[in-house]
Amino acid sequence: MITQKMTPISRRHAVQLLGASAALSLLPGLSFAAGDAVAGRIAEVTGGKAIGDLDIYLDMPEIAENGNQVKMSFEIDSPMTDAEHVKAVYVFADGNPEPDVAQFNFTPAMGACGATTRMRLSKTQNVTVLAAMSDGSFAKADTAVKVTIGGCGG
Amino acid sequence: MAKVKARVKVPKKAEVGEIVEIKTLISHPMHSGRAVDSDGNIVPRKIINSFTANFNGKTIFKVDMRPSVSSNPFLVFPFKVTEAGTFDFIWVEDGGQEYTASKKLKLV
Repeated sequence: MITQKMTPISRRHAVQLLGASAALSLLPGLSFAAGDAVAGRIAEVTGGKAIGDLDIYLDMPEIAENGNQVKMSFEIDSPMTDAEHVKAVYVFADGNPEPDVAQFNFTPAMGACGATTRMRLSKTQNVTVLAAMSDGSFAKADTAVKVTIGGCGG
Repeated sequence: MAKVKARVKVPKKAEVGEIVEIKTLISHPMHSGRAVDSDGNIVPRKIINSFTANFNGKTIFKVDMRPSVSSNPFLVFPFKVTEAGTFDFIWVEDGGQEYTASKKLKLV
């Protein structure tokens, strides 16, 4: 076992530390709030590109009684040809311990773009769907889901 | 551990050009690594982390899953029929264990 010598901390030092941590949390990009985690992941995926306004039909319940099994389905209008199709769809949940939920990789062979699955939601939060198109553009949709009983175990 | 059982629903016959719906379900607890068992120990993470659907050897759909996906992962997705053939579905668990299912599709 590692023993560490604890030096008593002076009041002045403690105040300085508090001030430093407050200043740190004000810096953009250093805060770890859940919503920012999703924004960070979106920026990572899009590489900072603008997000277009293509129609994504996202279907989720407004109120989920059981956060363990929340049905989610989405559909995106796309011709799904080799030249123009949806490449990938990312699903994020900003209130979960880990914002990533799933990544769907589509191919033109599917003929249509859409999927249904079930996900866990730990509390009332926003769910975001981000679609990456074959031409390099992006589209996004989000919805708020109220969760009565959270679903992350524990 | 309970036996992992994969179930897939695909139409037996379809016309060329038709978009069919494929439904898959695999029984799996999807341990997120956060839940605690009755003795207070954390259940280690063990999830299905990837699902792949192949048709005649070509990948048509792939999903990467995280612990936020519910237990017994359920997926529905479309597929445009162009020829008869065989679907192969592969689920990969943490640790590399694979579960597979296969379905045939005939043309009308």
